[in-house]
Amino acid sequence: MAMPLESPISFTNVGRIRWWQRGIFASQTGYVLLALLVLLIAMHFASPYFFTQGNMQNVAKNFSFIAIATLGITFVIITGGIDLSVGSMMCFSAMITSMVMSGLSTPGMPGASLFVHLAADGKTVVANVPGLILLVSILAGLVTALIVGLVNGFCIAVLGLSPFVTTLGMLSIVRGLGYVVSNGRGSFPGGPDADCFYALTSGDLFGIPAPFIYLVILAAIMAIVLHHTSFGRHVFALGGNEKAAELTGIPVVRVKIEVYVICALAAGLQGIIVSGWLGSAPANMATSYELNVIAAAVIGGANLAGGVGGPLGAIVGCVLLEVIRNGLVLAQVSSYWQQTLVGVIIILAVLVDRIRSRIA
Amino acid sequence: METAGSAGQPVLELTGIGKEFGAIRALHDVDMQVFPGEVVGLMGDNGAGKSTLVKIIAGNFRPTHGEVRFGGNAVHFYRPIDARAVGIEVVYQDLALADNLTAAANVFLGRELKRKFGPFAFLDHTAMAARALQLFGELRSETRPHDLVKQMSGGQRQAVAIARTRLSNARLVMMDEPTAAISVRQVEQVLGLIHRLKEQGVAVMLISHRMPDVFAVCDRVVVMRRGEKRADKSIRDTSPEEVTALITGAKEAA
Repeated sequence: MAMPLESPISFTNVGRIRWWQRGIFASQTGYVLLALLVLLIAMHFASPYFFTQGNMQNVAKNFSFIAIATLGITFVIITGGIDLSVGSMMCFSAMITSMVMSGLSTPGMPGASLFVHLAADGKTVVANVPGLILLVSILAGLVTALIVGLVNGFCIAVLGLSPFVTTLGMLSIVRGLGYVVSNGRGSFPGGPDADCFYALTSGDLFGIPAPFIYLVILAAIMAIVLHHTSFGRHVFALGGNEKAAELTGIPVVRVKIEVYVICALAAGLQGIIVSGWLGSAPANMATSYELNVIAAAVIGGANLAGGVGGPLGAIVGCVLLEVIRNGLVLAQVSSYWQQTLVGVIIILAVLVDRIRSRIA
Repeated sequence: METAGSAGQPVLELTGIGKEFGAIRALHDVDMQVFPGEVVGLMGDNGAGKSTLVKIIAGNFRPTHGEVRFGGNAVHFYRPIDARAVGIEVVYQDLALADNLTAAANVFLGRELKRKFGPFAFLDHTAMAARALQLFGELRSETRPHDLVKQMSGGQRQAVAIARTRLSNARLVMMDEPTAAISVRQVEQVLGLIHRLKEQGVAVMLISHRMPDVFAVCDRVVVMRRGEKRADKSIRDTSPEEVTALITGAKEAA
């Protein structure tokens, strides 16, 4: 029996991978980031208004309006799933928050006596505990999102329905519920805590828009969760090889439910923030935003086949979309072109990635 | 090559194992022993009952009849995780690796090493990479812990899958067609990996269709046919021709 037992098994055909062929440098996120930088420089020369403080704040605020939801859906996309109910979720969660806030602030409404009383003049509504209504109403919006996420996760992970169909149904269900609870009119934040709500959602801190600050914090947490916890590792494993994940004892069902809950919560929070900026939660708010959110995630390098994605990519994708939109406005190009261009960029980003992986 | 430890206690002992799926009798009265440091080839044509037998040992199925003893104790597995808990590992044909993760991440998949920071537990990347490197060293495989599995050769992938079984100090490793889909050169590497396991006193069950591989590494060969064990012979006392005859039924039993 000719077995070279003592010689080490060597793989001379497998070379070492250079630093520039690894990590972010070899990823779609990397070159989309590069494209973004080139675009920013080009914009600077094309329009003197682009790098003004006002425009930058505007860009930062606008992309933050979809970026938090994009972070959430990136979790789902990494596991190889999809969530089409993000746009409806944004609307419904915002609507519940506004309705709870207004309801609890209206003396005479059920439960309102616990939170508010009338001042001596008989007209001014005064909160019993300042900020409590705000807290309760935001929690109400997030709990709604949590429930929707759990239902999505249950249908997909436990009942084994396809993510596409389940969340397509949920898109319709949640949007419909929004019309039902508001009678199609939408709702408005109101009461003594409304000013505080507006400050938290559309205000700024030292000139930095609040949504942008939330985004940065959440993205940092997401990076840590994805790369430094076993949950994050299981999310990637699920997208890489679901069967392997199951065989190695990963709680596949639980991880799947968790990612859909995270996605719904992120969309809910995003909706609440957007409604603060809009000043209301109309029933048609964030319609078809799921497409923008998915587009941003995909442009930023999340792979719909699963296994690839991250917070940096999600943000880069959102920024790229917003810079293009902003640039077209500054260049006085008809806004109708915007959507066409976004479509072209999605296909280009994926195409470049395909060409790169062929060459490598 | 000596049949290691045949005088000692068997690590796995099957007595009168039978399995029925409704009216179909998949296995009938199978007795079998596997000793520490022994490599047993399990052969048979498709539908002979090899997979059913492996699945019973791995905890995927419960036997209808008979008893499984592991390390001297009667065991009852309800799920694969029960079998893994006592020290039975399976290296699956498709290896069950996540391509998008590194070698170290795959070795520790589902049992990551963590460090506690207050209420949070974070992955201990350094410790996992170091342990994975050590395991690859024991298997004499030049697999680098930080390389992605998708960039690896078939032999390296096998090394990762086998290193995973070493992590838990498995006492019995069952390998399902490990050499079915890889190049000739890599087959030799995999057979080398089986030798490493044997050296460390691990019992190995090799399920294979490839006669040369079985005769290269196994101490003993068990032939299944129509749900029954037809032969259980030391590799020195048989020949590829005899085994082929037993598999096809040209020879009834030996």
